[in-house]
Amino acid sequence: MDDQTRPIDDDLTALLADDLDAAFEALVNAHADRLFSIALRVLGNRADAEEAAQDAFVRAHRALSGYEPARIRELRLRAWLATIVVNVCRNRTRVRRVRTTELAFDPGAEPAADPVARRDTREAWASLLAGLPPAQRTAIVLRHVDGLSYAEMATALGRPEGTLKAQVHRGLAALREAFLATERRDREELTA
Amino acid sequence: MNRNAARPPGSSVDLAAIEAAIATLAEPAPPTLAHDALVAVGLADDYALIDSPIGPIRVAWNGRGVSAVDGTSDDRAFELAFLGRTGRRAARRESLPPRLARAIGRRLSGDRRAKVDLDLRGTSEFERAVWLKALEIPRGEVRPYGWIASEIGRPKAVRAVGTALGHNPIPLIVPCHRVVRSDGMLGQYSLGGPANKRTILAAEGLDPDEFESLARAGIRYLASDTTRIYCLPTCHNARRITPAHRVPFRSAAASEAAGYRACRECRPAGTGIAAA
Repeated sequence: MDDQTRPIDDDLTALLADDLDAAFEALVNAHADRLFSIALRVLGNRADAEEAAQDAFVRAHRALSGYEPARIRELRLRAWLATIVVNVCRNRTRVRRVRTTELAFDPGAEPAADPVARRDTREAWASLLAGLPPAQRTAIVLRHVDGLSYAEMATALGRPEGTLKAQVHRGLAALREAFLATERRDREELTA
Repeated sequence: MNRNAARPPGSSVDLAAIEAAIATLAEPAPPTLAHDALVAVGLADDYALIDSPIGPIRVAWNGRGVSAVDGTSDDRAFELAFLGRTGRRAARRESLPPRLARAIGRRLSGDRRAKVDLDLRGTSEFERAVWLKALEIPRGEVRPYGWIASEIGRPKAVRAVGTALGHNPIPLIVPCHRVVRSDGMLGQYSLGGPANKRTILAAEGLDPDEFESLARAGIRYLASDTTRIYCLPTCHNARRITPAHRVPFRSAAASEAAGYRACRECRPAGTGIAAA
């Protein structure tokens, strides 16, 4: 989905600058899936993610309402919206004092299968991802779930590209360790 | 810890494979998300049925406030009328958000402190002035069109006040049913006609027959000979006057001439109405 929204974003910013309310629906339709995906993989829970994505759109609309048309035209929508949804997610976990990793398993979403059976599924990777520290998780979500470039991520998160690359790399390495650890555990259980 | 040593033999997972696995974790948004986001910013609306003295009515809302109250009998007709007036889609819900339902319930039962935001975009400043003034009329009381005109500083705009009330997009919550003709008859009502106006006023504790019979007798004001104050007939101060002390008047001028002063709550002086 790397380049999916880029070609239309230039048109979108022009339309938004022209008539915010008339164009906002197009912005929502173009970015709903990615804001939801980011929130889902950062927060680890569908209901929270839906609320966070909605909240992000509300904040985006409020901000755009106060911007001059020239400023809207220059916006880099993908990175700008990512900033907003990441901030919303951060505020939600802060306010609720809930460790996001505890939300990783959504009990209603699927039967509690044993880890061997679900090792290769997306859910297994999602739960491993949810176990990462927030900064690494957010960086990996923006880079590999959302497909932002490091330059866009640097804009979105306000951190140097080098820092973000290191976070992504450490996060991927930690995911590999976690994956291998579950694999070892499964093997031991099978041979026990 | 030496990570390579910890890896079991035969198990090699490179980071590119993990990147590929993580890239599958994007998910389509739930179909409700886009609509809900548009509702939250006021670019689309939801609506649901609530009970009222005249039966079930439709209430529409968005993130800016309540955008319509409508007596139309079916969803499709309502949605079309709503689209025509506002340019926005309205989607049917099972019920109002609980907090909004509670606030509306309190409002309709007479609690004017209950905060109900109203979305009045696309209406004129004059219309909003008329509707906000109508919101000040207490439950169980009525005021003439001329009263609204006088109170908003447009004493000659009595007909325009009537037109604005007829276009009230949020009847019941904006209580245009509490505004009556200057001759004391109940008059027209946008939410399904005059019979509904009578029903709603009766449900609010006003006796429409008694009110109209006073009007037919030429009585526009009631005064107390103990306080020397005159009121509009449905003012709660007027209703406290015992029959022995109640003095009827046909005009504000006659009240003033008899040495009475205007009530400070219903402010009857500027209505410009007098029985012929």
